[in-house]
Amino acid sequence: MTLDFVSRADFIWALLPEIVLSCWAMAILLVGVWEKERPGLPPRNLRLLAWLSVAGLAATAGVNGWLYGVSGTDASGMIALDSFRLFANWIFLLGAALTILVSLPYIAKQRLQAGEFYTLVLLATVGMMVMAGTRNLILLFLAIETMTISAYVLTAYHRADRRSAEAGLKYFILGAFSSAFLLYGIALTWGATGSVNLAEIAQTIEAGAGFTGLLMAGMALLGVGFAFKVGAVPFHMWAPDAYEGAPSPSTAFMAAAVKAASFAALLRVFLEAFPGLYEAWYPVMWWLAALTMLVANLIALSQSSVKRMLAYSSVAHGGYLLVGVTAANEFATASVLFYLLVYTIMTIGAFGIVMIVSGHGEERLQVDDYAGFGWQQPVLGVLLTIFLLALAGFPGTAGFMAKIFLLQGAVESQLWTLAILLALTTVVSYYYYLRVAWYMWMRSADAGEPAIPVVAPGIVRFTLIGSAAVMIYLGVLPGAVLEGAISAAEHFGVVAGEAFMGLAR
Amino acid sequence: MVDVLFFVFAAMAVGGAFGVVLQKNPVASLLFMVGTLGAIAGIFVLFEAHFLAAVQVIVYAGAIMVLFLFVIMLLNLGHDYRADIRSGIGAFLAFAVSGAFAGLLARQFRGAEENPLYQRFPGPEGMDALLAEQGIVGAIARPLYTDYVVAFELVAILLLVALVGAVALAKRRV
Repeated sequence: MTLDFVSRADFIWALLPEIVLSCWAMAILLVGVWEKERPGLPPRNLRLLAWLSVAGLAATAGVNGWLYGVSGTDASGMIALDSFRLFANWIFLLGAALTILVSLPYIAKQRLQAGEFYTLVLLATVGMMVMAGTRNLILLFLAIETMTISAYVLTAYHRADRRSAEAGLKYFILGAFSSAFLLYGIALTWGATGSVNLAEIAQTIEAGAGFTGLLMAGMALLGVGFAFKVGAVPFHMWAPDAYEGAPSPSTAFMAAAVKAASFAALLRVFLEAFPGLYEAWYPVMWWLAALTMLVANLIALSQSSVKRMLAYSSVAHGGYLLVGVTAANEFATASVLFYLLVYTIMTIGAFGIVMIVSGHGEERLQVDDYAGFGWQQPVLGVLLTIFLLALAGFPGTAGFMAKIFLLQGAVESQLWTLAILLALTTVVSYYYYLRVAWYMWMRSADAGEPAIPVVAPGIVRFTLIGSAAVMIYLGVLPGAVLEGAISAAEHFGVVAGEAFMGLAR
Repeated sequence: MVDVLFFVFAAMAVGGAFGVVLQKNPVASLLFMVGTLGAIAGIFVLFEAHFLAAVQVIVYAGAIMVLFLFVIMLLNLGHDYRADIRSGIGAFLAFAVSGAFAGLLARQFRGAEENPLYQRFPGPEGMDALLAEQGIVGAIARPLYTDYVVAFELVAILLLVALVGAVALAKRRV
């Protein structure tokens, strides 16, 4: 099927995944209010809502797969019909589905409003999908707002918890601040090039037209806005507080899917609109990447709360990903996509077990609380160990392969210093990841302290085991997924072509 | 005449923006903001964007600012507060950075007419022709419901998200 967008109806086909998911989210909202409220008890249809949401995500994934067979005549249209968008969509859909499955007992225990929670997660996912799939800066801004406003609400969602409200407010104020930067950057870019279409902006820049100073200012403001959204040092202040205060399911969703979407949009804007200005933006990205890796890893070393440690680890992973963005060749872009997929799975997996240990609440979040957990709950202990090893980038896990590909991308663009920094900070990060594992297996719980009560329904266990299995599988045989990422990253590169060695070919 | 009016409105907008930042009383800040928005509406009129000007006055300066005022009154925030930026150096830096940025932007417009890109923007004649052909509302409505129909639908989803979020967070009973 070929779409030419002469008829507006073609937009419906091009946006079918987003449309299906939006309608499904509204249906879930209706199902959610159908049930009569029982004060102090979780809604009776909680499981139904969760499964309906996952079914909606699965249906969207199906449509997403169907879109691979659809091509557009116009490679610069408002809606991109490329496999970059489709690959990114897989990541978002997977992130949302894993979050919903893993957080089922948390929502029940904390009596959160399930219908609205799932609706917001799904609509945030719609925003993410548009973020990865649009070439229009106006649409991009609206999509980012759709995603972040959902994220603000999800952060403040635990109304009985003061920290959640505080985190939500902080995130909201700093997020609105960064959105203003983005919007100003978009306005200046439009003023400098006369277009809000990424492909047309790139053409104008290549032709040497456009107001250079205005364009630089616009690009700088866009860069600041994106640096806030991806939580790059020194624009990361909101991230640890928001991640720590938010209810754990929201934290998992934000740390994984929201970050993935911000990176997808960052890649699309800077590699599709500004490849001609690579000389100007690459030093900035270089410093952002270097600072983020160094600062976040060093602060993470001194954290005693596992949730806060994971928050800083999420910032640090943003730094590794920025190395891929700085390298900006096709393979580096593919490796960023691969990394985002792996990162989404391992982060949500780790948060899933943190939720179980913390009793689906916000207690027992310190590293000490994990003493002896491995021997009490061998299955969950092994799973958490796998996720931590993957996050650390241990050989044999997917995290290792993802980092190797990032390194390869960096080396192809001859970013030696960044590559060395990436390797060194990874070694530093072993300490704080393995410390949790060490407490789990090598320390025994204090005498007299009761064993950690564990509530982990079959579906949660099944999800976590599946995620861990994928982590091992991708660590041993990454070829098929990497090839998908490479074909998705086609045409996304500044130094495209010659230096490309093609590991999977 | 138009040039003179433009500078009058521009001065009002900039002065109002300074007032928003410098006032310590939230209510006074807010009233300055209404003034800024009104001045920008005046600039829209000079650009022949009458519909935008009307919307700006009715929706922003009217409805949203009144809502702000209600919230400030309801929460009883109408007192003087200490400045956010305590130190003189901080205040100086804030103004220096914004001033430098403004100067940088202002420099860009020198010789802008020579740039071939200038033709991409319609200019006064283009606007007159467009308005004569499609009318004031049509010039906005047509692109909104044709070229930008996807953005329009996405705004609907954005508003739904905001609505659901507001209800979920502000409902009386949990």
